[in-house]
Amino acid sequence: MRISSNEGRELKISKSLTDASLARDEIVKRNFSSLEKKITIFSMKERAIYLVLFMCGVASIATTIGIIYVLLSNSVFAMGGNEAFFEHVSLVDFFTDTQWTPQYAEKHFGILPLLCGTFLIAGIAALIGMPLGLGSAVYLSEYASLKSRKFLKPTLELLAGIPTVVYGYFALVFVTPYILRPIFQDLMGFSVDIFNATSAGIVVGIMILPTVASMSEDALRAVPRQLREAGYALGSTKYDVSVRVILPAASSGVVASFMLAFARAIGETMAVTIAAGQKPSMTLNPFRSVETMTTYIVNVSLGDTPAGTVEYQSLYAVGLTLFCITLTMNLVSQKVLSRFREVYE
Amino acid sequence: MKKTERDFSTHLKKRHFAGRIFKSICCASTWTGIVVLVVLLVAVLWKAWGWLDWDYLSHYDSRHPENAGILAGFWGSFWLAILTTLFTVPIGVGAAVYLEEFAPNSRLTRFIQVNIANLAGVPSIVYGILGLTFFVRMFDLFQGDQDKEIEIFLILTSVKIPLPLGRTLVAGALTLSLLILPVVIVAAQEALKAVPSSLQNASLALGATRWQTVKHHIIPSAAPGILTGIILSISRAIGETAPLVMIGALTYVAFSPGDIESPVQLVTNPQGIAKAPFDTFTAMPLQIYNWVSRPKEEYRHVAAAGIVLMLVFLLAMNATAIFLRHHFKKKLQL
Repeated sequence: MRISSNEGRELKISKSLTDASLARDEIVKRNFSSLEKKITIFSMKERAIYLVLFMCGVASIATTIGIIYVLLSNSVFAMGGNEAFFEHVSLVDFFTDTQWTPQYAEKHFGILPLLCGTFLIAGIAALIGMPLGLGSAVYLSEYASLKSRKFLKPTLELLAGIPTVVYGYFALVFVTPYILRPIFQDLMGFSVDIFNATSAGIVVGIMILPTVASMSEDALRAVPRQLREAGYALGSTKYDVSVRVILPAASSGVVASFMLAFARAIGETMAVTIAAGQKPSMTLNPFRSVETMTTYIVNVSLGDTPAGTVEYQSLYAVGLTLFCITLTMNLVSQKVLSRFREVYE
Repeated sequence: MKKTERDFSTHLKKRHFAGRIFKSICCASTWTGIVVLVVLLVAVLWKAWGWLDWDYLSHYDSRHPENAGILAGFWGSFWLAILTTLFTVPIGVGAAVYLEEFAPNSRLTRFIQVNIANLAGVPSIVYGILGLTFFVRMFDLFQGDQDKEIEIFLILTSVKIPLPLGRTLVAGALTLSLLILPVVIVAAQEALKAVPSSLQNASLALGATRWQTVKHHIIPSAAPGILTGIILSISRAIGETAPLVMIGALTYVAFSPGDIESPVQLVTNPQGIAKAPFDTFTAMPLQIYNWVSRPKEEYRHVAAAGIVLMLVFLLAMNATAIFLRHHFKKKLQL
C-alpha cells in the first residue's frame, strides 16, 4: 500500500531538517523513501475519485444555471427565430397592467392580478401558519415535558410529509363545504365560491406550520441557558422569561423561519390549484376564486398551447417572476439566520 | 413599605395569570396542528370507505367511477421512485462527501453551500418548467426529425432512448431527482458531520488515504443517517405532483410502464424492465389530481381511495426512516 496523502508529513520532516544536517536528511530520504511523492496507478485513482466527487458537488451549480437559463429563454431571449416574451410585452405593461387575459382575443399581460391572488393566499396562510407555528415552537421548547415532546414533535412533522395534492383535496372537499360555507355563508351571509382563496389559504397555512414550528424551536433552544437563569434570578415568571427574554433573543431566527415559510406559501402549487380556482382577478375578497402565479403555470402546461406563442412564453415570464420573489426571500432569510448564528453559536 | 408589598403581590398574581393563559394558548396551537392532521385523515378515510378494494388496486383508470382503479398510477410511482433513487443517491451522497470531507475552505465551496440552500427553497413548479424545457423538449433542438432514437444494446435486449426524451418516466424521474437533490445532500451532510472525528483521525493516523478513510469508516458509520435522509426525500418525491403535471404526465393512461402489471413480471419480463423507463406514465398523485378535477361527485371517493393508498405508502416509508434513525442512534451511542 502506497501512502500518498502523507506527502504533507514528508514536507514537514524535510523542513525540520534544514541545512543543519544534510547527512541526516540523506538517511531519512533513504529510509523513508515510501514517503516520497510518486505517481502510481493508486494515486491516480485517488485523484480520479476526488474529481468525480467534485463533479457531484458542482452539479448543484449546474442545476441553478440550468434553472436560470431555462427561465430566461423564451422570456428575455428566445430560442430559434421567435421573439421573446418581453419583446412582445413591455416590462412596464407587465407590472402595471391590471388585466391578465392571455386566452382572449385582446390579450393583456399584467401580472398584478396573479400577484394579488398569490399574496392574498400567502397572506391568509401566514395569518394561520405563523402564530400557530410560533405557539407550537414556544410550547415545545419551553413548556412541554420531555414525554409529550417526544410524541408532539414527530406528529407535527408528519404534517410536512403529507403531499400537497392531499391538502388541496381536503380544502375543496372538506374545508369549503363543511367549515367555510356553514359559518360564513349560512351564518354571516357572505357568498362563498366553491373555489375560494380562504380554503386554500387555510390549508397552505397548515402546510407551513411545521416549517415555522421546527425552525423557530431550533432558534428558541439555541438561546443560551444563562439568559433564562438570569431572568429567573431577577424574579421573572416563566411567562416573563419566555416572552421578554427568550423570544426577543431568538427573534432573528423566528423571522428567518417566517420568511422561509412565506416563500414556501408563495411557491405552493397543487393545493392552490385545486382549491382556489382559476380566475385571475384583482380582488382582496377572500371568498372569491383567484388565480395564483403557480396555478397559471400549471394551467398553461395543461392546455394545448402551441410552443412559441406569446401565451406559451408567458409561462416562463411568470415562472421567472416567481423564482425571483422566492429567491429574494430565501436569501434574506439566510442572511438573517446567519446573523442570529453569529450572536449565539 | 406595606403599600409596595401589596402592589408587588397583586402584580405577581396577574403575571402568573397571564403566564397560564399564554401557556394554554401555546398548548392549544400545538394541538391545533395535530387535530387538523387527525381531522384530515378521518375525512379522507370517511370518503374512501367502501371504495378501496381489490378491484380498485387491480384496475386501470376508467370513464366510469365504479370501475376506476389505480394500477397505472401505482406502477408509475413505483418506477419513478426506483429511477429517482438511482439518479439521486450517487450524486447526492457524492456531493455531500465532497463538501464534508474533501472540499477546501474556498470561495467556491461556500458558494456551493449557499447555492444548495437556495435550491432547496425553489418552488417545485419551477423545477417542472426546467424539466419540461430541458428533458421533455430539449429546447426543441430535435424538432425536425420526430423519431430520433439512440439504440443501446444490452445483453438480453436493446434499449431505445427517444430524443428528446418526451413525456417519459425518465424525464419525470430526472426532474424529481433535481428537485430532491438539495434535500438529500443536506441530509447526507448532517449524517457525515455526526461521525466522530476521532474515527477519521485514527484512520488517517494509521496511514489510510482520505478516500480509504471515507470509504471504510466514515460512510459506513454515517450510512443509517444517510439512508434516513434518502428515504424521506424519496417519500417527498413520491407525493410530488406539480413538476409531473408540468412535464405533461397528466393524461389518460390505461397501461403500466413496460406492461409490467404484477411483481412476478419484474422477474419474468426483462424486456419490459428495459422498456419501462421510456414509456409514458401516470403516477399516484397525478391520478388523484386528475380525479379531483373531474366534475362527477363519485370521483371524489375514487380520489380519496387513492389518497389513502398513497398515505399508507408514505407513512410506511416515514416509519422505516424513524425506526432506522432510532435503532442506529442507540448503536452508535454504545
